[in-house]
Amino acid sequence: MTVLLSDHRTIQSSEDVVSVRQSVRQRAVEIGFNLIDQTKIVTAASELARNTVQHGGGGHVTIERVEEGGRRGLRLTFEDHGRGIPDVELAMRDGFSTGGGLGLGLSGARRLSNEFYIHSTPGEGTRVTIVRWR
Amino acid sequence: MERIAILKMGEYLLVTIQVDMHDRLAMTLQDDLTSRIVSSRAKGVLIDISALEMVDSFIGRMLGDTAAMSRVLDAETVVVGMRPAVAITLVELGLSLSGVRTALNVERGMDLLKARIKERRHSDGPS
Amino acid sequence: MAQDTNLLRHLLEQDGAGIVQRWIESQLASAGFRGDRISRAELAEQSRRFLSLVREASAAGTTDIQSPVWANTRQMLEELSTSRAHQGFSPSDTASFVFSLKDTLFDAIKQQGGRDPEAVTTGLTDVGGLLDRLGLYTTEAFQRSREQVIVRQQQELMELSTPVVTLWEGVLALPVIGTLDSARTQVVMESLLQKIVETGAAIAIIDITGVPTVDTLTAQHLLKTVAAARLMGADCIISGIRPQIAQTIVHLGVDLGTVITKATLADAFAIALRRLGLSVTKAQTQVKRRRATDEDEQPVEREDA
Repeated sequence: MTVLLSDHRTIQSSEDVVSVRQSVRQRAVEIGFNLIDQTKIVTAASELARNTVQHGGGGHVTIERVEEGGRRGLRLTFEDHGRGIPDVELAMRDGFSTGGGLGLGLSGARRLSNEFYIHSTPGEGTRVTIVRWR
Repeated sequence: MERIAILKMGEYLLVTIQVDMHDRLAMTLQDDLTSRIVSSRAKGVLIDISALEMVDSFIGRMLGDTAAMSRVLDAETVVVGMRPAVAITLVELGLSLSGVRTALNVERGMDLLKARIKERRHSDGPS
Repeated sequence: MAQDTNLLRHLLEQDGAGIVQRWIESQLASAGFRGDRISRAELAEQSRRFLSLVREASAAGTTDIQSPVWANTRQMLEELSTSRAHQGFSPSDTASFVFSLKDTLFDAIKQQGGRDPEAVTTGLTDVGGLLDRLGLYTTEAFQRSREQVIVRQQQELMELSTPVVTLWEGVLALPVIGTLDSARTQVVMESLLQKIVETGAAIAIIDITGVPTVDTLTAQHLLKTVAAARLMGADCIISGIRPQIAQTIVHLGVDLGTVITKATLADAFAIALRRLGLSVTKAQTQVKRRRATDEDEQPVEREDA
């Protein structure tokens, strides 16, 4: 996979979540995603960005334009150094929430993306990567 | 502090969401709406989301909770103008908002509100 | 021994113009030159552009054509593959374009190497390897563009096979033919929601007579579609439920929730009309009272076009 462009944004507040949405929307339009694919990745980004603020104590996101085997896509990596997720499988279940939310953040982001990767170490932090291909 | 405007039209409250809301703004709207329903004895609430390019689980939940709270306060809520891309994404996300009445646009939404309110009056019987 | 592009870069810097000229001439002179498909001027332009991109990329030193420095060259080859395909060339014709550069470069290397056989061998291996990879890349690019055409055609086929019909003002019908997989469901949802926006319909009948089997996934897809339409203010009725499908639904424990289901499209349509406050009645025969004048009793001639 080659990275053609890379953007970095801090996510500390709920206003930052909004600017992440807007940056992702911009990149998605640039790559040429259709409207539905744009909406899906922006929504997934919103969920993950919120998680970063609420559960990760703040963090950052790397927005990359990638290319692999002739197809172009957008890869987002959300990283925080928060308390981490002790049971990832449980966290990925629909409806499971430790923050009083709907529990659809992680599982929803996975459903809305073509690729989804999560790595978390309790006490150290969490990293979630999603990719959508054109 | 920024707030989203709530218009009063007789027994109805009308809200048009035109900004990309951050979570706090969404919560403020929910609080403002519930307060206004009580203070203005509103019978119906119309939330126009035709300008929203995205509805995530937080905003979706806010809409669902607002509809539920309004019902407890004896008012009906209708959400109108959801865009196709938003509807498809919301469903894929896993949110169906089954407790929320929806309509295609403001006009239809008002018709629906009036019909629902009339229904409730009949089923409630003479007071 | 690691391969690098230093020799190549050196050659192109030293005599880039000469190499390009000789390469163009050798292509024009070759037996495979298709003068009917491509003009000399166009061939010359493509050759010059390719060589200039190779020269730029070789400045970085790596022969790994997947690295970002070779991105522009890869893109040019992709465009070349596509345009040559349109011009009627075969995929190997386009790869030959790249491979033909080898002869010209090998001559230059041999001249440069002079009496140092090891330098010549290394040079030939490095440059040869690089051009082989680039040539193969063009065939891969060609392959991919064919695949994209197929995917696009499949998409169009899916859209065509899921028409949304307006049965009556405010009532849409969506006859689904074939299996309802997740890709198809996306298309179905898009078409249905788009039509709801266009027509303002409040009722959509999804007919699954043409769906061979309904398993848990299919049921989920159906429910997703119903949920999406609901969010746009339209209620759905599912029709075309065969007895076997009814059995499957119950056995699988699928919860259709509040969705109304009917065995036939006709039944579903009847419900839709009732919801809209409409009903179908027989036309009444009208008896005209005749007037006493002659004019009325004369037959009116129809003008046939």
